[in-house]
Amino acid sequence: MRTPPGVWQRFLHHPGARFGFITLSIIVIAVLLAPLSPYDPNSSNLKERFQPPSLQHPMGTDSLGRDLFTRVLYGGRVSLSVGILVVVITLFIGVTIGAAAGFFGGSIDNILMRITDAFLTLPALLVLILISAILREVEFPLLARNSVITISLVIGLFSWMTFARLIRASILSLRETEFIIAARSIGASDLRIIIREILPNMVGIIVVEATLELGWAIIEESGLSFLGFGIQPPTASWGNLLSNAQENFVKYPWLAIFPGLMIFLTIISVNYIGDGLRDAFDPYKILHKRS
Amino acid sequence: MTNYIIRRLLQSVLMLFLLSIIFFALVNLAPGGPLAGYGQSRHARAERVAVLKRQLGLDQPLPMQYLIWLAGNDWMQVDADGDGIKESRGSRLGILRGDFGSSFRTRQSALREITLRLPNSIYLMSITLLVALLIAIPVGIISAVKQYSTFDISATAFSFAGQAIPEFWLGLILILIFYAWLENPFTGEPLLPAGGMYTIGGGFSLWDHISHLILPVTTGALGWIAWYSRFMRSSMLDVIPMDYLRTARAKGLHERVVIRRHALRNALIPLVTLFALDVPYLISGAVFIETIFAWPGMGRLYYQSALQRDYPVLMAILIIGAIFIILSNLLADILYATLDPKIRYE
Repeated sequence: MRTPPGVWQRFLHHPGARFGFITLSIIVIAVLLAPLSPYDPNSSNLKERFQPPSLQHPMGTDSLGRDLFTRVLYGGRVSLSVGILVVVITLFIGVTIGAAAGFFGGSIDNILMRITDAFLTLPALLVLILISAILREVEFPLLARNSVITISLVIGLFSWMTFARLIRASILSLRETEFIIAARSIGASDLRIIIREILPNMVGIIVVEATLELGWAIIEESGLSFLGFGIQPPTASWGNLLSNAQENFVKYPWLAIFPGLMIFLTIISVNYIGDGLRDAFDPYKILHKRS
Repeated sequence: MTNYIIRRLLQSVLMLFLLSIIFFALVNLAPGGPLAGYGQSRHARAERVAVLKRQLGLDQPLPMQYLIWLAGNDWMQVDADGDGIKESRGSRLGILRGDFGSSFRTRQSALREITLRLPNSIYLMSITLLVALLIAIPVGIISAVKQYSTFDISATAFSFAGQAIPEFWLGLILILIFYAWLENPFTGEPLLPAGGMYTIGGGFSLWDHISHLILPVTTGALGWIAWYSRFMRSSMLDVIPMDYLRTARAKGLHERVVIRRHALRNALIPLVTLFALDVPYLISGAVFIETIFAWPGMGRLYYQSALQRDYPVLMAILIIGAIFIILSNLLADILYATLDPKIRYE
């Protein structure tokens, strides 16, 4: 799929986006390099309990003497994986439902949109907590107890609605534009019109929405894990590291500061990238802003 | 308009009905069923569990169970002592008549558990939102009127940060600063309490009350300030180039009057809608804040009930939460039409 010319340049011109892009790149690279750490994320060393941050342990150690920096890096792998998986899942459900509703219209549209409305009126976090509480007790062969995939599925199942609405709305508005009518008049098929004409015009909004969704999913996973309903220890995630910190953080503040700081930096970077992408895909908005 | 409201109310009832089926299915189709969390049931003998199942009506087919949950069983014979013989009339009224069953944990009526705590949640959330709006609206207006000023740029940076800080982390950090690190210079005690609604056994004092509010309110309000000030800014920017503002200025009105009377009024309309759509996030915020600060509200009750799989209470809170969300959406539509005469519902 083609992107409009100059998107990348405009993106890098946005100071926030540049900051976000660099910060997120550093986090992603660090997280990928986690196995280089000399410490094991899960094996305890009781002689080294609650060490404050030092050169050996840049973020200190936890109640079992595990190196927090290593655990934060491994936790990042989990948190980022959940984020990316949720984006893939919500994209899949959202685009399917939105495209079907927008393209077929009529009663299909009506039914699909009422379902979307129903999902939007759910108190999402409460439902996520309920489902995770149920799943916590269950051993499914494929969905191991609150694994990355299970948590991503649960979150994704309840956050595709914005995508569906967005895709439907833009298909509805594109359907009546002149270039689609032109394509239709030279005899292009429905499928060809969707793939060749409509989808390339939606790349912008899909990419922007996917970025924001990524941030949202990471917060949601951290929140669930913080409450104890997400990823279960000893597997680290940024949320359950914070949850673990709760008992001791008044005495050993680094336990709470660093995992949260990682969530904060990731979310702010993702949001800045989203903002930059929105401007980059919408040159009119930049012109408008500068005037 | 009346027709529209009636139609929307009917739709809402249908929606609630659908949601109730979803919630019911979630709880009852789960392996182990609702009894999996019943007290010590995992260690209970199988016969005892079977008796309990008959007593609670869990031996009935699912659609029947749903019907009983919805409409009660006081119109049918039930097996109250669990011996396999239906001998007496049921006593449940069903959620349609406000009977959500009794909590597995406390054996009290689930509805009573909730009504004890709901006012605390509403109280905390109202103060949080009030504080947030009182700060966010002026910040948004100034940002828009003085676009690209130092104030606007710092407010924008702040709002990006504010939207990225998870409530559960902010709460911990504030406890660190104001409870663990800073102390009251006169008594040497922590500057602010880390949780609860009041000091136990301390008697009522206004300062005690306010000091318990500061941290939870700040934690909750920061995200809303960030979000609403952004929204207020862009909403004002949409209004500022309008012709009717030029007309107002041309009439010779003072700039302050133009902004307050003519611009602000129109810019506030979209905020009303946004506000209603945010109710679900308000509810999830309550779970985190009340859990961190041990605030005896509905969010904390939900958290505790989920830990112990206290399904009657969980279901009751879910249904009440959904009713809140649906009603606030409806209210937003009505307010929107009232405030903006251009909008007409068919």
